Amino acid sequence: MRITGTGPLLRFALRRDRIMLACWIYALLASVIGTAVSFRSLYPTAASREQLAASINDNGSLRALYGEVYDTGSIGALTAWRILALCGLLLGVLCVLLVTRHTRAEEESGRLELLGAGAIGRGAPLAAGIGSALTASVVVGVVTAVYLAASGEQLNGSLAFGAALFGCGVCFAGVAAVAVQLTETGRAANGIGGAVLGLAFLLRAAGDAAGGNGPGWLVWLSPLGWAERIRPYDDNAWWLVALLLAAGAAQTALGYWLAGRRDLGGGLLPQRTGPGAAASSLRSALGLAWRLQRGSLIGWTVGFAIGGALLGGISKGVDQLVSSSSNVQQIVQRMGGSSQVTDAYLATAMNLLAMVAAVYAVQTALRLRGEETSGRAEPVLASGVRRLSWAGGHLVYPLLGSAVLLLAGGLTAGLGAGVVFGDVPSWTGRLLVAGLIQLPAVWVFAAVTVALFGLLPQWTGAAWGVLGVLLFIAYLGPALNAGQWLLDLTPFTHVPKLPGSAFHAAPLVWLTVLSAALAGAGLTGLRRRDIG
Amino acid sequence: MTTAIDVSGLVKTFGRTRALDGLDLSVAEGEVHGFLGPNGAGKSTTIRVLLGLIRADAGRVALLGGDPWRDSVALHRRLAYVPGDVTLWRGLTGGEVIDLLGRLRGNGADRGRRTELLERFELDPTKKGQTYSKGNRQKVALVAAFCSDAELLILDEPTSGLDPLMEEVFRACVAEERDRGRTVLLSSHILSEVEALCDRVSIIRAGRTVETGTLAELRHLTRTSVAAELVAPPTGLDALPGLHDVELHGTTLRCQVDTDHLDALLRVLTAAGVRSLTSRPPTLEELFLRHYEPENAVGPQTGAEQTGAEVTSS
Repeated sequence: MRITGTGPLLRFALRRDRIMLACWIYALLASVIGTAVSFRSLYPTAASREQLAASINDNGSLRALYGEVYDTGSIGALTAWRILALCGLLLGVLCVLLVTRHTRAEEESGRLELLGAGAIGRGAPLAAGIGSALTASVVVGVVTAVYLAASGEQLNGSLAFGAALFGCGVCFAGVAAVAVQLTETGRAANGIGGAVLGLAFLLRAAGDAAGGNGPGWLVWLSPLGWAERIRPYDDNAWWLVALLLAAGAAQTALGYWLAGRRDLGGGLLPQRTGPGAAASSLRSALGLAWRLQRGSLIGWTVGFAIGGALLGGISKGVDQLVSSSSNVQQIVQRMGGSSQVTDAYLATAMNLLAMVAAVYAVQTALRLRGEETSGRAEPVLASGVRRLSWAGGHLVYPLLGSAVLLLAGGLTAGLGAGVVFGDVPSWTGRLLVAGLIQLPAVWVFAAVTVALFGLLPQWTGAAWGVLGVLLFIAYLGPALNAGQWLLDLTPFTHVPKLPGSAFHAAPLVWLTVLSAALAGAGLTGLRRRDIG
Repeated sequence: MTTAIDVSGLVKTFGRTRALDGLDLSVAEGEVHGFLGPNGAGKSTTIRVLLGLIRADAGRVALLGGDPWRDSVALHRRLAYVPGDVTLWRGLTGGEVIDLLGRLRGNGADRGRRTELLERFELDPTKKGQTYSKGNRQKVALVAAFCSDAELLILDEPTSGLDPLMEEVFRACVAEERDRGRTVLLSSHILSEVEALCDRVSIIRAGRTVETGTLAELRHLTRTSVAAELVAPPTGLDALPGLHDVELHGTTLRCQVDTDHLDALLRVLTAAGVRSLTSRPPTLEELFLRHYEPENAVGPQTGAEQTGAEVTSS
């Protein structure tokens, strides 16, 4: 049998991934259930939901983000409108990662060869990879349906909601089943999967933004669009669920067909080669770090530019949106620090960009530890490169790369707000400044990472934990009415809330000094400690 | 004779593990020095101390006349290093890595030599890092090292992924380096390779040097295998010192003899009349295995072992 051994492989896969799967599934379910819970308190009445729908459906940027509000009759329908496509996208990311991880990545590492020599059918690893993706999708779909039905939403709609999520998982697992046959590396297969997911999101967003006045049919080219048009609690379009499942099955069959036409370890797309000699820019620790980090910097910058444009572009509709719920109004004002809803909203948006930039800063600073543990730092440090030059080459990115991100986000947010309010130079200037003053808060996270890396290298990964806790406080603290002392723990609380509030240089100075001290301690530790 | 590497009494502990326990190593300029030991004996740890990547807890280290921890950058410009487990950057091609490592050392690579080495090692420099096999990753690091103008080459198990043909190319390259007057420290557990290439050898075990010297010297300290067909059964064999593993069947004798006592054995044999005689010096394999038998089975103390013990206690 071609799939002999799938059972043990699947159990092994689920065991290997138990922590990662639990975290992902928890986060996905938390996004669905959290949305339902918050809508129940924010929009308790039909009238408040009507007002929300009106302000969303009038605004192209908001429709691009969330789709059109199709039914204000129930909290379930509102939850499905808001989270279904997004959660389906994220579930798709998980399914692509899972399938790749248990097929192509295993093959690339040579571990599959070890297994393949045992009593394992040729098709078993792919079956096990898809099996683990289906397991995750089933759990997310079933818990969603059960929770919503149990909390009093209509049963048929709840089932359609859960089935829509499951269908997204199946469909994107199928995408990955094809992608892993094409490339020779797991990373490239994830890249193809990610590109398909991104395209699916963009097509849906463009179609929804266009609405009735433009190419709304674009939505139908995207599996996420199909999932959205299932419209649980309203249309309950089960035939679209069937379409998602059929697409997944067809792609899986195609994946198996392609797998039969290639060798173990081979790919159908030719492996790209590169230059046989180094360019003249690749001659120093700085040049090496640029080669290693430039791709991610460009990707993040594009992301920030798009995110900034979206956040800026929706700022005009935001006062109506916010005023539809007095609770939302309070939260935004508490985070954004201004009574002017638009200013408060934009200050919150810049804060949000800074939180994402902190993720970039930690990730790029952690690259040092990755280079060290993989053994790639060793030959570099055994040549004529000082430890501090090596570290410095990489730390350019958390230090200045994050400035590039904030400037890109501030610039496009300013352009977006300028276009909708009709004063481009003034808004661009204000939001560039508002973006840039976030930088010292972002640096603190990079500096914590460097301090851990230099002084407690085994604990460098704890930088993610610090980031997670402080971002949680910064992001949800204001909404949860957290005490001021708790909010004061996160650097973002201390950044002046521009635009709108008064500018104070003092917090920026001491955040910078704190960052310099932490980074200095880390670099001193790095000079003295053992490498590896 | 000046020394390129001079290490004595080196101690390094990681937590509770004592990775190096009074290790000594002396490598003369211009020699190819074999650094032998099983996995976990401390070869890579010693090399990492020599490269200034980790700091020793005790002991004296001199590398090319400098302190590898303090003067690391200046010293690194004069040496080339091939790690035991070469990992490359995913996005960089082999050719880019070769050029980069040369430039980081400060001198760049000799283009002619680079092309020649790429041909000899049959390495495609346009492939990306993640697509090379283990052997090909090692070739990238070897080409980078051999096309440098470094005075000292530190090679940590450089041939573990190479096929026999490439192993030949590697041996030829090391021989050329020696002819050009360079010093090579070759860590290995492939004994035939060390036997073929090295002028002198240090054998380490559990973080400590147990033997050091030329192969001839080491052999002298150990046993020779003797097989003889005699005219009559030998007499006085029992009284001879330094005889081991004796198998006597009538007039056929097989035994091992401590090399210092070879002469006395031969006298006994010629007295009995010799029809045929083969005597074979111990292979490096035998030398090596003798040191890695369980602790209590180790043969008589050798000079090198005593030196090692003195250094640790001092």
